[in-house]
Amino acid sequence: MRGFRAVLCGAALVLTAAAPGIARDKKEPGAAAKAATQFNKDPYPSTYRPYPGQPVLITGATIYDGKGGRIEGGALLLRDGKVAAVGASAAGFDVPGDALRIDGSGKFVTPGIIDIHSHLGDYPSPAVEAHSDGNEMTDPITPNVWAEHSVWPQDPGFSRALANGGVTALQILPGSGNLMGGRGVTLKNVPARTVQGMKFPGAPYSLKMACGENPKRVYGEKGRMPSTRMGNFAVNRETWIKAQEYRRKRDEGKLETRDLKMETLAGVLDGEILIQNHCYRADEMALVLDMAKEAGYKVTTFHHAVESYKIGDLLRANEVCSAIWADWWGFKMEAYDAIPENAGILHKAGACVVIHSDDENGIQRLNQEAAKAQGDARRMGIEIPDAEVIRWLTANPARAMGIDALTGSLEPGKMGDVVLWNGNPLSVYSRPEKVWVDGALLFDANDRKRRPVSDFELGQPGEGDVK
Amino acid sequence: MSAHRLMRAALGALLASAAPAMAQDMAITNARLVIGDGTPPIENGTVVVRGGKVVAAGAGVALPGDLKPIDAGGRWVTPGLVVAVTDLGLVDVEAVDDSNDSGAAKAPFSAGLDIAAAINPAAQPIAIARAGGVTRAAVAPLGTSGIFRGQGAVIDLGADPRAVVQPRAFQYVDLGEAGAAVAGGSRVAVLASLRNALAEARELALAPAGNRRDDVLLTRTDAAALIAVVTGRQPLYVRADRAADIRMALNLREEFPALKLTLVGATEGWMVAGEIAAAGVPVIATPLTDLPQSFERLGATQSNVGRMAAGGVRVALGAFFDQPRYAPQYAGNLVALNRVPGARGLSWDKAFAAISSGPAEILGMGERFGSLRAGRAGDVVVWDGDPLELTSGAVRVFIDGVEQPLENHQTRLRERYRSPAEGSLPKAYDW
Repeated sequence: MRGFRAVLCGAALVLTAAAPGIARDKKEPGAAAKAATQFNKDPYPSTYRPYPGQPVLITGATIYDGKGGRIEGGALLLRDGKVAAVGASAAGFDVPGDALRIDGSGKFVTPGIIDIHSHLGDYPSPAVEAHSDGNEMTDPITPNVWAEHSVWPQDPGFSRALANGGVTALQILPGSGNLMGGRGVTLKNVPARTVQGMKFPGAPYSLKMACGENPKRVYGEKGRMPSTRMGNFAVNRETWIKAQEYRRKRDEGKLETRDLKMETLAGVLDGEILIQNHCYRADEMALVLDMAKEAGYKVTTFHHAVESYKIGDLLRANEVCSAIWADWWGFKMEAYDAIPENAGILHKAGACVVIHSDDENGIQRLNQEAAKAQGDARRMGIEIPDAEVIRWLTANPARAMGIDALTGSLEPGKMGDVVLWNGNPLSVYSRPEKVWVDGALLFDANDRKRRPVSDFELGQPGEGDVK
Repeated sequence: MSAHRLMRAALGALLASAAPAMAQDMAITNARLVIGDGTPPIENGTVVVRGGKVVAAGAGVALPGDLKPIDAGGRWVTPGLVVAVTDLGLVDVEAVDDSNDSGAAKAPFSAGLDIAAAINPAAQPIAIARAGGVTRAAVAPLGTSGIFRGQGAVIDLGADPRAVVQPRAFQYVDLGEAGAAVAGGSRVAVLASLRNALAEARELALAPAGNRRDDVLLTRTDAAALIAVVTGRQPLYVRADRAADIRMALNLREEFPALKLTLVGATEGWMVAGEIAAAGVPVIATPLTDLPQSFERLGATQSNVGRMAAGGVRVALGAFFDQPRYAPQYAGNLVALNRVPGARGLSWDKAFAAISSGPAEILGMGERFGSLRAGRAGDVVVWDGDPLELTSGAVRVFIDGVEQPLENHQTRLRERYRSPAEGSLPKAYDW
């Protein structure tokens, strides 16, 4: 882990934002330009270290590897915080003598569940006004705010996501009140005193954008732009033009001051910061794809994409994932054409499906959401194997968050982020029995003390209850 | 008449002109039959419906010679689901205010508001819930300017204009934070409002035609509506989550002994289960709340329902305020808890009853619907798998013996976009 950190985080600390193109100008940038271009891109670095874990050997379990593979009666070895081996049996595994041996008969193993869209910590429980830290709704363009600066690590929601949902990694996004809501942050679902102690080492930053009703309503009500969908696009495009200009000046060494908004947008144009775009309607997604081409960036994922099923071909061609609920419907106008077969039709079209929550309750049941979508697909004649459905919660979100080289599947060398379920995770009757993060056992249904209790819950009714 | 109301009237006329579907005498055989009263499923069961009512259901039921049986092929057959406390029929799109009748905060009335007046049987949420196997619902509360949230209606979800089964089935009041917010900012004010309102209702009952004292706070309409509550003729549904608020609700009967109480929500009910059980007050509980989302829900746990039931409380699921068709998923989750050490859930049989006969009985309608016992409405659902399982769905739905259409806006979109690519004409011609 330490070696890995040196490669991924150390690099960010040393590298500057200046591209090699500076040399074109044949002029050394002045001191001001240096300050504007040679800054620390990781000023709030992860301090997360994996917790100590004992080697674990699970045998006889049904294993979904997260990449569409399924092994009946399979074996999994976790060692040194990593997935060390996966196979049809433990024969040939190099099992340390001190390994905890678990009979997985009748049980199921998946990679840790990943939620690409959460507001835990930014909108924590209790949901009181003093805790409402997810939307900086004072300007439609706030790429300068960072979700991590709002995360309250004591949100009890993290523990529920771990114990009931098997969630081991999650992306905290700013809300959707703004066109550009700010940077998202990816966390390990590990309790910590500080948000830095939760930050997923090496995960790229993202920029949350939002289409449609929310930004135009929020700012229309304030009597300012945008108040229409066309206003949304105009403000976005003007902002991207400024960002291109900023980037050009940066590359020419002509910047004099830092600009937090522009630094984030330049990071997007550089391909270092991933776009996570809240967008419900198919027609708007198609417009956003053209805007991205016009401005020179890529949309990684459309979130809440309830109408993706109408444009599965387009999304596939553009290699954009759709992060969706199974069957939320009709709560707002732009959700009126949501259908429960969205995931199934997208899957059939060959487009990338991610099941997300956007909800402190839904994050506890992402596996159940996926199963509902699978059932609805089946009823319309689209058969999707269980192991493929598990990909929607593991490898696919990992890919869409830029952490797929590290987690999201059970392959040797990947992080030891694993859930042992007491039955098929696509059944309503199953729950996580044990959850490991980087090989450390952080939840065990059979050990009442192996369950996180946040500071907030101490001394309150129900402290340490099963929840 | 406003354009809005004109449109509604036109819609009503349209619905009324459609010929009502006739109840069909029928027999479903070879079913994995769930009666819905908490008894276990019956293999190879038969259910016979005549004149819109169940005449027999079980194993070894003789097949009447005049009925051509519907062979369920071993599939699950259950009573229709009953979801208590929803906004079905009040709302098309929650965030589109014009389409949403669930709030009347600017109205001068609260307790007097009669929800039945606004029920729109043609609303998509009803069609979508119906396709999910939901056949009956209790509709309440309204957002109002006072602690009383209006008189709830019991409806069926049939595709016909006669949705309301019973108007003014209960009155609804908010204790706790929501009540405090409208009563003046404190639970103290909630209790004062409640006492005063019931006292004004008593006074009005004694002299219905007379002049009222000059310091009354309630409109005559509201006070008149509460007479049925204070005399126990109309149940009072009390939203309370904190253990202390639940106690406050139970204590109301010391002062107003005739009150017929039902608790709604009851997030911390497990902490006072003994007191609720002793009071004989039933609970419509929100099933899976497990986060301290407010200071009145600090003790939230998914084991709430199971612990209350084990403590002798009559409890059904409801008041979850998302889609009523999630009821089976919530019930299934309570079954899952039985395998979590330290947690408490419900058996499968009791969990299914908690979304069928349980809510029907709490609504006082257990003799009319909610199970497949003889004499109940012919509300029958055929499923393609275990009805509480995530991958299962309803494949046929009957209400009062009438087979229901399962098509809706969503199913039409599904068919249109089965393949997203357009053909020789735009998608708009594909219908």
